[in-house]
Amino acid sequence: MMKKLGLCVSTALLAVFCLFLSGCHGSKQRGNFTIPEEFDTTKKYEISFWAKNDTNKTQTDIYKKAIQDFQKLYPNITVNLRLYTDYGRIYNDVITNLQTNTTPNVCITYPDHIATYLTGQDVVVTLDDLFEDKRYGLGGKELRFDGPTKEEIVPQFLSECSIDGHYYAVPYMRSTEACYINKTYVEALGYTLPETLTWDFIWEVSDAATEKNADGTYKVNGQKVMLPFIYKSTDNMMIQMLRQKGAGYSSPTGEIDLFHDTTTGLLETIAGHVKKGAFSTFKISSYPANFLNAGQCIFAIDSTAGATWMGTNAPLSDISKDALVEFETVVYPVPQFDPQNPQMISQGPSACIFNKEDSGEVLASWLFLQYLLSNDVQIPYAKTEGYVPVTLKAQNSDEYRDYLSRCGEDNSTYYDIKIKASKLLLANLQNTFVTPVFNGSASLRDAAGQLIENVTKSVRRKEEIDDAYIEKLYRDVAALYRLDQIHVSEETPTELGKLPVASGVFLTALAAAWLLIFAYVVVDFSKKMHAKKKKH
Amino acid sequence: MLYESESSLNDKKRKGKIMKLKKIAIAALAFSTMVALSACGKNENNDNADTTPTAVPTVEATATPPTTDPDPTKAPTETPAPTDAPAENKVMTYAEYAAAELDTPVVIEAYVQAKQSWWDNKATVYTQDENGAYFLYNMACSEEDYAKLVPGTKIKVSGYKAEWSGEVEIVDATFEIVEGSFVAEAKDVTSLLGSDELINYQNQFVSFKGMTVVAAGQNDAGEDVAFLYNWDGSGEEGSDLYFNVSLNDKTYTFTVESYLCDKTTDVYAAVKNLKIGDVIDMEGFLYWYNGVNPHITSVK
Repeated sequence: MMKKLGLCVSTALLAVFCLFLSGCHGSKQRGNFTIPEEFDTTKKYEISFWAKNDTNKTQTDIYKKAIQDFQKLYPNITVNLRLYTDYGRIYNDVITNLQTNTTPNVCITYPDHIATYLTGQDVVVTLDDLFEDKRYGLGGKELRFDGPTKEEIVPQFLSECSIDGHYYAVPYMRSTEACYINKTYVEALGYTLPETLTWDFIWEVSDAATEKNADGTYKVNGQKVMLPFIYKSTDNMMIQMLRQKGAGYSSPTGEIDLFHDTTTGLLETIAGHVKKGAFSTFKISSYPANFLNAGQCIFAIDSTAGATWMGTNAPLSDISKDALVEFETVVYPVPQFDPQNPQMISQGPSACIFNKEDSGEVLASWLFLQYLLSNDVQIPYAKTEGYVPVTLKAQNSDEYRDYLSRCGEDNSTYYDIKIKASKLLLANLQNTFVTPVFNGSASLRDAAGQLIENVTKSVRRKEEIDDAYIEKLYRDVAALYRLDQIHVSEETPTELGKLPVASGVFLTALAAAWLLIFAYVVVDFSKKMHAKKKKH
Repeated sequence: MLYESESSLNDKKRKGKIMKLKKIAIAALAFSTMVALSACGKNENNDNADTTPTAVPTVEATATPPTTDPDPTKAPTETPAPTDAPAENKVMTYAEYAAAELDTPVVIEAYVQAKQSWWDNKATVYTQDENGAYFLYNMACSEEDYAKLVPGTKIKVSGYKAEWSGEVEIVDATFEIVEGSFVAEAKDVTSLLGSDELINYQNQFVSFKGMTVVAAGQNDAGEDVAFLYNWDGSGEEGSDLYFNVSLNDKTYTFTVESYLCDKTTDVYAAVKNLKIGDVIDMEGFLYWYNGVNPHITSVK
């Protein structure tokens, strides 16, 4: 009887414990997805993949081949590709489709954007448990391809996909920004490129390049147009300048710290050079590559993923051949304030999966997402631009090493500027950074760039950049991007703090149950002893 | 037996006590289970709150999106205040507008000829008067007002003259609808192709006649094709269409801009049906991107 009772109580306790654990497990997963015990290979799954390319046919071909190869491995999964050429457009479409529950299954995106998607309940699948799953997780034994283990994903890149301690994405490709320079013109102006490019150097040379001949043409190029310094992403420009200055931008939890004296000083400096005609932006003028290749720009800052457009011999070009100018192109990391402590942004696409009612469909999405990390996709895609693969498995492969070693062999696959741009990032991984991700961080990023855009436009429009202007600018930009509405999350508690009431009640009830069991055992034992005494 | 009977009695009593203890234990365990589950449920909400710092999912969903890719399908938000628009002043003639310096304030009156896109209270519109054309890029415009901008509608526009990759446009503009209507006839500029004079008709509704379709590129099989999705074939159905036409041994690239004429339009279908060697007449707007790059609206 005692045995039966013990068994009964033990079973009950075990059941409660399991329920407790499973409840907590679900909580960790935000209750949004439970990994199926088996992937049903007899069931047909159709998943959508929203992918971004750099208006580059080779990249879209790689996506298509990846899908074909994956479908051969998993004949029950059909992947429908939707192509984008702009992260912003993907972001807008996801936001729209969130409202109608028609999000894609797999989506190339930025962590900043994921932070916004997470405003919807259980929208984006938490990947923590999927990473670790022994069957279908990273390096899982049931995978039909040679995917990377978790340890084989570059830890720094992987950490960029963590939001509030949980993984919501995997890195897909990584890039940084680079400064593509017309070395011929720099030297024609009497300058020698330093070992590390500085802001002071760029501004000085750019100002010098604005000198004109009597006929109105520029001395350095003999043309009527010269924009010595053009920046593609002014968001990145402001973010990197602030970082290099050690100035505020935002806290990890979403406190905005963009509008301060350092920002004002930077804007005033930029305004001074715009006034001289030394600086412009992509939004105001056009793609830096177009001006660089036409001999109308000396310093073009753009992503390393835009390297195939840069230089006289660039494999891709948007301008006519007769507009191309011969010059020597060199590629540098972005300019620095402190050459001893270089800092540059880490960027590039990540990929997430969206939750669906059918857990098998989510698992199918996860399998495809992992396939994008296999060498069969990582290496060819990285070769298309100045990207680097996100896995050590790909970076250390013979194939990728061979690719890097053949820099400059031709002006297509081995285009020197492109490979040098990739090497630039590989050599500076320890110098890269990312900005904090929170709901609203995408707006803050836009606001940072808008400050530069507005100041540049205003100077061109002959407006005075004084204290009153800056004050109004900060007010207008904060209102435009609704920065005052960004919710600051509570700090992650470093101590556990007071026990929640519900947990206290639970533990009390559990203790009471054990007390009753103990009481029963004591009573039963004393009865037995009493009976034994009577017999004797 | 006594023992047995006593034992039986004791067993019965014990059973009763056991049952009582069991019931209490089960009740306690059941209670604790419920508490545990409810606690976990509460944790779930807390986790979500941690993950999504903004409790109400409205900030980012309605926040200003990137401005480079307008999408006319999006939901409306409030009309932005025209903080960047220049102070109202005299309406310029087209000649005065053409002569104005870049980055200076301009005020013009013109007639809507076609709408390219609306997104986040910004509209991109082709307008024209009897003397010339004006491309209005990302002009402040509510969705309600956008619906009113049918071809022929006269509007008064205040903004700044700007140039992007050779395309002269009015940016940071506001507008008001005024009395009047005019729809331009297509101006035949075929003979001006390749000449310096063509730019004088920038952004106007124009026509090109008797041009021959030549290969735009090659497909995956290496065969010449008459059009490409995107400039290099990297797009798909719904992307911009690029095709090449030649005249007098010179080849020009024309575009069906997918915001202006999407995949449901006749011109989109017509270009997809082009064959190399076809001789065609076209109408469209004389857009500029590092040179002439007409946005075609009809092909015959």
